[in-house]
Amino acid sequence: MALRELKVCLLGDTGVGKSSIVWRFVEDSFDPNINPTIGASFMTKTVQYQNELHKFLIWDTAGQERFRALAPMYYRGSAAAIIVYDITKEESFQTLKNWVKELRQHGPPNIVVAIAGNKCDLSDAREVQEKDAKDYADSIHAIFVETSAKNAININEVFIEISKRIPVADGAGNSGKGFKVGRQASESRRVCC
Amino acid sequence: MERDNHQGEAQGVHISEPPSESSLPADTLVTSLSLLGNHMFPDAGEKQEEINSTADKEEPAELQQSDVALKEHSVAEPHSNQLKRLETEEAETSVDLNNVSTQSTDREKEDTAMDNDQSDSGEFVVTMLAKAKLEEQGIGVKGRSSPLLEAGTQESPAFMSHRDEDVTAESWRQHRKHVFVLSEAGKPIYSRYGSEEALSSTMGVMMALVSFVQSGDNIIRSVYSEEHTVVFLQKGPLVLVCVSSSRQSEEQLRGELLYVYYQIVSMLTQASISRIFEHKKNYDLRRLLAGSEKILDGLLNLVDSDPSFLLAAVHCLPLACSLRDSLSQILQKAITPNLVFSILIAKNQLLTIVQEKTVIEDTRLEPADVHLLLNLIGASSAFQAGEIWTPICLPLFNPDCYFYAYISYLDPPECTVCLLLLSTDKEAFYAVAECKRKIEEAMAAQNSLSLIAKAQSYSVSQVGVSDLRHFMYKPFDVPDNYRQLTQFTSPEMEAPYTSEEEKMRLLDLYRFMHSRIHSTSRPLKLIYHVAERETLLAWVTSKFELYTCFSPLVTKACAITAITKLLRWIKKEEDRLFIRYPPKYSTTPNPSKSSRGGKSDQQDTTDNGYLSLL
Repeated sequence: MALRELKVCLLGDTGVGKSSIVWRFVEDSFDPNINPTIGASFMTKTVQYQNELHKFLIWDTAGQERFRALAPMYYRGSAAAIIVYDITKEESFQTLKNWVKELRQHGPPNIVVAIAGNKCDLSDAREVQEKDAKDYADSIHAIFVETSAKNAININEVFIEISKRIPVADGAGNSGKGFKVGRQASESRRVCC
Repeated sequence: MERDNHQGEAQGVHISEPPSESSLPADTLVTSLSLLGNHMFPDAGEKQEEINSTADKEEPAELQQSDVALKEHSVAEPHSNQLKRLETEEAETSVDLNNVSTQSTDREKEDTAMDNDQSDSGEFVVTMLAKAKLEEQGIGVKGRSSPLLEAGTQESPAFMSHRDEDVTAESWRQHRKHVFVLSEAGKPIYSRYGSEEALSSTMGVMMALVSFVQSGDNIIRSVYSEEHTVVFLQKGPLVLVCVSSSRQSEEQLRGELLYVYYQIVSMLTQASISRIFEHKKNYDLRRLLAGSEKILDGLLNLVDSDPSFLLAAVHCLPLACSLRDSLSQILQKAITPNLVFSILIAKNQLLTIVQEKTVIEDTRLEPADVHLLLNLIGASSAFQAGEIWTPICLPLFNPDCYFYAYISYLDPPECTVCLLLLSTDKEAFYAVAECKRKIEEAMAAQNSLSLIAKAQSYSVSQVGVSDLRHFMYKPFDVPDNYRQLTQFTSPEMEAPYTSEEEKMRLLDLYRFMHSRIHSTSRPLKLIYHVAERETLLAWVTSKFELYTCFSPLVTKACAITAITKLLRWIKKEEDRLFIRYPPKYSTTPNPSKSSRGGKSDQQDTTDNGYLSLL
């Protein structure tokens, strides 16, 4: 079975739950008192997608402002970016829009963008309406899901959606992004074997 | 109170040039001082008088103490050596009563734009200020702008708990040691206890004191009261203030503030801090430190409980020499271009450090930088997940540049053995991660992890001296090691120093001995100190610095014999207690240290030992 390495980075405001999403996806666990990420944390997880194995190389970046300038280092060469906001914080949704802009300007040209509205278990405190977020995601052709790392809602689904949107590895019609993704894969293969 | 300050003013006229508007502003500073006092220690009604009287009373006592070796002070109180400075300090602080109003009006202008979310303590200060007819000027009583509150306070209530402390409560005032960091514009940056915004007025008063004294071309260093020592440290655009009832010397407290400053620099670099404040004087630095408060909290706890900071030396985990060497060799073989330091840590103590050769010809790794790294790793569980890649500055190595640190635990999920690889190349993650894999493999092959797991600190009973309870030994010159990383060794604290209170009491005694040895006005070489529940002997020579703690019944002769035995034991064990021959490697054929893209010559320069330049 073919193995493909997909570099994915998580972006978003501090405290929205990026690390929790990754923890849930990689370890299937949840820690309510998780410490803020320092710099960026690298983890991998391999899942089967159709007749391929997709090895996600996940860069979980710190949301704190002091690490903001480092983000390009992590999203450069990424096949996908998951931008996370907190449905109970309007401000985090605004930050998300800035990330989208930044990716448009400086990110890889065909990066797959997924928008995750995390903490959907706290719908009582909701500040961002699902429809607004969905409309925004559609307008930029991004994947959209509301997630809860705490209750394991839609976490795997985000990654499955990313797998779906990633262009087929050896197809003919993926000159631009296929090149990007392919190069990244070969670059990171050094690490993992 | 009034009278005292006028007296103070008279004493110190020569220190600062008296500005024109002297009388009202003079009251202003008096008021600020007492406000600060009122907030920090509300019972300070008699405070100022006490300063005077203690100083007078104790001065002769100080003079009696002589430098003669083995001079015995039966129950010398830790603060006696500080008192000598009291008079000058007091003069300094009470003199410079001139410019507060100008300073504060400036700040007032900056601050008026902000919202007015005053806490109780803010109102308290406001009331006091009003009494002092200062309604017009208002010293930094305004709150900070609110959009910035979010990041710092809402993230994780679990570890923010002491940030929620009521700063007007008695329990808040009774903390042994407060530390505040503020910007030159008087903006709160960090408070060890209580939320910064609730303390913005207190910090405003602190800044008023600082800028007032500054306006007379002076620097405020400290304020003493019966119970507390307030120490100020100004570093670039940051002002650090410590309010302590720990009876430590001013120098020690200032040293601790310096560590706090360095920890902030390690996160942001000195250059960027300066740049930020040049650009915007009233920038709220908490935006950049949000989420990192825990690192500063951890540092301050460590400073209180770990004598490494006091001694400015690194404590490594005792390890059989052969094991340490084999670990060093493993690190030495797993290298990549631009890798500068490879550090292995277990149980928050150093196992070994291996470093790039050419870098170390220029400079060496300072203990303080190692302390900051150890604190960073110990303070956050964030490193326990995955592999971390983060910029970090080693302020003593170079305060303006970042290293890129690869941090990963080698024994998840226990997470006791941590590998830290520092590179100068921010793109080097994958290459450095590859080094980790090599190290992991080699360690697995040699079964290193289980050997490390057995390593532990030692008991003082191993020394075989019955009256000896504890010691700290810091050699200045480990043989053959020119410019060695300064280390010290110390056994576990055992009975009667098992409770937190007792441990702290012993550390306090050590701190007192240390302050006497390193007193700037009257340094001592040897102190034999009979305290209430133990006897201590501190001795500094050109070769080492030694602090020992004996049972109270020990005689002087016994203690001296014991120390001879102890020194012999340390000599015998030094290969195990210290990192003796830190190895180095060369990652670039070309000796320019930051040259990028140098080919990876994986040559293994195993000239292990002599002339090591660590």
